[in-house]
Amino acid sequence: MTHAEASAAPPILEVRDIGKTYGSILALQGVAASVGVGEVLCVLGDNGAGKSTFIKILSGAHAHTQGKLLAYGVERTFGSPREALDLGIATVYQDLAVVPLMPVWRNFFLGSELTRGFGPFRQLDVKGMRRITKEELAKMGIDLRDVDQPIGTLSGGERQSVAIARAVYFGAKVVILDEPTSALGVKQAGVVLKYIAQARDRGLGVVFITHNPHHAYPVGDRFLLLKRGTSLGNFKKSEITIEEMTKLMAGGAELDALAHELARA
Amino acid sequence: MTITAPAVTDERIKQAGLIITLLRRPEVGAAVAALAIFTFFSVSTQAFLTPAGVATWLYSASLFGIMAVAVALLMIGGEFDLSAGAMVGTTGLIVGIVTTEWGVNIWLALVVALAIALAIGAANAFVVMKTGLPSFIVTLATFFILQGVNLAVTKIITGTVSIQGMGAVPGFDAVKVFFGSSFNLFGMDVKVSIVWWIALTALATWILLRTRSGNWIFAVGGQITSSRQVGVPVMKVKMGLFMTTAGAGWLVGMLQLFDVSTVQATTGIGQEFIYIICAVVGGCLLTGGYGSAIGAALGALIYGMTLQGIVFAQWDNNWLKAFLGGMLLLAVLVNLYVRRQAGVRS
Repeated sequence: MTHAEASAAPPILEVRDIGKTYGSILALQGVAASVGVGEVLCVLGDNGAGKSTFIKILSGAHAHTQGKLLAYGVERTFGSPREALDLGIATVYQDLAVVPLMPVWRNFFLGSELTRGFGPFRQLDVKGMRRITKEELAKMGIDLRDVDQPIGTLSGGERQSVAIARAVYFGAKVVILDEPTSALGVKQAGVVLKYIAQARDRGLGVVFITHNPHHAYPVGDRFLLLKRGTSLGNFKKSEITIEEMTKLMAGGAELDALAHELARA
Repeated sequence: MTITAPAVTDERIKQAGLIITLLRRPEVGAAVAALAIFTFFSVSTQAFLTPAGVATWLYSASLFGIMAVAVALLMIGGEFDLSAGAMVGTTGLIVGIVTTEWGVNIWLALVVALAIALAIGAANAFVVMKTGLPSFIVTLATFFILQGVNLAVTKIITGTVSIQGMGAVPGFDAVKVFFGSSFNLFGMDVKVSIVWWIALTALATWILLRTRSGNWIFAVGGQITSSRQVGVPVMKVKMGLFMTTAGAGWLVGMLQLFDVSTVQATTGIGQEFIYIICAVVGGCLLTGGYGSAIGAALGALIYGMTLQGIVFAQWDNNWLKAFLGGMLLLAVLVNLYVRRQAGVRS
C-alpha cells in the first residue's frame, strides 16, 4: 500500500513538540506526529502513557500548553471540540455516543436531524434519513437489512462502524478513534480494522488509539509510541517490526526483568 | 451467536421481519389487552355497550388518558412526576378560589392557574437537572407540598375543604364550552374531554415519532450522556417534559372543575400512580427511552373500561385495585418479553 502521493500536500493534522501540563503535572511533552489524507496514524501506549491527553488535544477537549498544532498547515489552538469538528476533526469515543434502544437511522442523525416543512409543521424527513443511513453504511461496507432495528441489536464492531460512518457523513476529514477495539473480541476487532482500512481508502485520515500492537500493525502507516507522557518515537511501518513495537511499549528491560522474576517464582 | 450460511440467515431474518416489526411497537400488548377487556365486559354486562355506557367509560378513560399521555412522554424522557395528580387539584382550586372568593375574571384565573402549573413543572425540572437527584424523590416532595398546601390554603380562605358556587361565576358557561360541554354522537352523550384526549394523543404521537423534539425525548431517556455528546439540548428537553406534564395537570383540573362545577381540596391525590401504571401498561419502560403515547392512551382506556365495567357488573369496587396491580405486573412481563423478542440489548 503506497500513500506516497498524498504526502506531498501538508498533512491534515500535525503536532510538533506538543505538550500539556495540568497545574504542576506534566501529562504529555515533546510529542510529534502527523496524519495525512488516506493515512492511518496509530497511537500506542500502555495505561497512563498519555494517550488520553493526546486525543483530548487533537479533539479540542483540552488546549495544548506547549508546542504547535497545525491543521492543513495552519497553526491552531482549539478552544472546544466544536472548533475541531468545524475543521473536520471528529472523535469517536469509546461509548460511541449512541442510544441503544433507538433505531440505527435515528442514532445516525441524532442531534443533526433532517427536517422538512415550515414553522410548527416542520417534521423529520424520515425517508431521507433512512435512505442516507443505508447508503452511508453501504459505503463503509456495512450491509444492514433494516435501518429500523435498534442500534443496541448490532454487534460491537458494527456499532463502532456506524459511529465512524456518522462522523464521516457529517464532514469529518480526520476520524480519531479512541480504543475502538479494546472491548471487542478477536473477530469483532477484525471487523473494525476492516472499516478503518475502508475509511483510509476513501481518503480519510485516521488516528487510531490502541494499546494492542497486533491491532495497530496491520492497518497503520505510522506509529506513535507513547510512554509516561513522552514520545518513544514516531515510526513509519517500514522502520519498525511488531516485535520491536511490543518491546518498546512495554519497556524492553522491564519486560526482561519481569520474565526473570516470574521464572524464579 | 451461531454461524449459518449467509443466504439461509438472511431469509430467516426477512421472514421474521413482519412479526418483529409488529412486536417492536410498544403499544401492541396494551391493544390486545384492551380488546380482551372490551370483549369481556361487552359480553358479561348489559350496560357496557349501550350508548350511555360507552360514553361513561370513555369519559373516565379520557381524564386519565390525558395525564397518562403526558406522563408517558416524561417517562420516555427518563423521568417521573409524582406531583401530576396533586397538580390537578391545585389548578382547579386556584381557579375556584380566585373566582368565587376574590371575584377575579374567570379567563384571567385560567391563565394564572396555567402559569403557576408551568412554573411548578419548571421548578421540578430545574431541581432534578441541577442536583442530579432522582425525579422520583424530587416530585414526591412536590407532591406532598402541593397536597398540604391544597388543603391548608383552601381551609384558610374558604373555611371548608371544597369550592362551592362555581356555576354562579360570570363567564362560567362560556368556559364550560371548552372544558365541560358535551355533544351528541351516534346517540352517545360525548364529553368534550374525550376530544381533548384523542387530539392530545395524536399530537403527542406525531411529536414523538416525527419531530426533532420527539427524537430528543427518546434520546435523553435512553442514554443521557450520548445525547449530550451529539448536541441534544438535554436541559431544554427535560424542562419541556416536566412543564408538559404540569400543563396536562392543569387541563385535567379544568376539565373536572367545569364538568361538575366544584372541586375538592383532595382532588387528584392518589392518582399519580395510576397515570404511571397506564403508561407502563401502554409499553413505557420504567428506565426510560422507550414507550408510546398511543400505548399510554390505551392503558388509560383499559383503566376506564375496567373502572366502569366493574360497576356495571355490580362487583365489589375493591377488585379494581387488585386488577390494576395484576395488569401492571403482566404489562411489565410482556414488555420484558417483547424487548427480548425484538432483540434489544440495552
